[in-house]
Amino acid sequence: MEEFTKKYWKDYQKEIADDNFYYERSCIRQSFFPGSEAAFLKILRDILGKNIIDDPNQHTCTGIGYHSDIVPFDTTMTVVARIFSLMKDHGVNNFIPSCVTSFGIFNEVVETWNHSPEEYEKTKLFLKQATGRDFEIPQNISHASDIIYKYRKELKEKMPYRLVNRNTGKPLRVVEHIGCHYSKLFAKKSEGGMEFPKVLVGMIEEWGGEVIDYPERRHCCGFGFRQYLVMANRGYSVANTKKKFESMQPYKPDFIVANCPGCTMFMDRWQYTIAEMEGKTYDDNKMGIPVLTYEEMAGLLLGFNPWDLGLQLHQVQVEPLLDKIGIPYDPKDKYVGKSGNFLGEPEKPENLVTVYGK
Amino acid sequence: MKNWGFKIPDSRTLDLDKEDLKLYNKIVEKVPSARRCIMCGMCSATCSAANHTNFNFRLVHHKFRMGMFESLASELDKCMLCGKCRMLCPRGVNTRAVIYNMRIILDNMYYKNI
Repeated sequence: MEEFTKKYWKDYQKEIADDNFYYERSCIRQSFFPGSEAAFLKILRDILGKNIIDDPNQHTCTGIGYHSDIVPFDTTMTVVARIFSLMKDHGVNNFIPSCVTSFGIFNEVVETWNHSPEEYEKTKLFLKQATGRDFEIPQNISHASDIIYKYRKELKEKMPYRLVNRNTGKPLRVVEHIGCHYSKLFAKKSEGGMEFPKVLVGMIEEWGGEVIDYPERRHCCGFGFRQYLVMANRGYSVANTKKKFESMQPYKPDFIVANCPGCTMFMDRWQYTIAEMEGKTYDDNKMGIPVLTYEEMAGLLLGFNPWDLGLQLHQVQVEPLLDKIGIPYDPKDKYVGKSGNFLGEPEKPENLVTVYGK
Repeated sequence: MKNWGFKIPDSRTLDLDKEDLKLYNKIVEKVPSARRCIMCGMCSATCSAANHTNFNFRLVHHKFRMGMFESLASELDKCMLCGKCRMLCPRGVNTRAVIYNMRIILDNMYYKNI
């Protein structure tokens, strides 16, 4: 039986490269969660000692435009080909997108080229005509969360903190949310496939937390591009997120962690929206459930300064979570910029309780 | 409360744990063939009333089964009880009798226009 399980599980595992990466940043993460990508690069370079290229010439993958029906697929393929050509310039061939939408786009483009060689030839021609450049398909495409998942045990050895409530000694109860475009588009390209996505569960369990299995666990976060971008549809987007919150609320999660920029953003910001529009919050203290990216979670446990990780830019305040884990922070530094100047406090929400502006 | 120019619609989730089969069981008692319905929609495809209204046997049957009686009475009013759907039903459901008995049950509850 065990042998059969092992054989069966093999189908759900993917090959994740171990060094010489090209990092493709997300378009939106640097605005919403500005410390996450810097933390990822720091973890890979300083803690794991990997070679990772952070190229200033990189650009969008067109994901948001493509899924909003304003960028045609031929354009997307050519833009993706240009990113691959930049990777070729640096002499590396393992590609790491930071964004789950991009991860879906790169896999979709590469699958298209594998299935339709004429599309590959056409893209080569387009790129040559437009830029004079040439490209190669990466040997390995892994999402940034795959890399952290792969090295979760090595990172655990360097972590001074665990996902444990220091007051009770019990594991923190964590809601994990996988971006739809990570495992639902190309199940074989994800760790654990569409049925058993393991990428965040692996990290949480390894680092001492307890994963909550709630009814709407695999429901979309509500982003859905067109639902959000068109204002008339925006309520539909919030309704989906609300459905998830209502489903997870009885399990009293300590925090939510997601591997997708859109999911993290919407699950964080929509808590504010729902609180302001309907007066509802989904925790006992009316502060909301903190939402972290996996890099922020790893960074916190590795002892990074929470304000260097950009946690002050979250809508739902993270201080109660930091207190639970026992991570020290200086409240005075929260809104002090890199220059050392005070940046000012954000406007206080009407219904969502915050720790600033008391 | 703030208004940003959009509303948050209520969830349309059907909670099967809260399904109240009490009234539906009464239908089944009177028309046992109702149980055989597979919701294929053949009845709706041939429905004369559906040509002029948005009447849908499959929908009213489902709503009744789920205990969603709100606005169901006026929906049932659209059926002419012609029985054409019964002739086409691949499962031999007496659809006409199902509608008729739904009307009687709802009438006993609050439907007064039969």
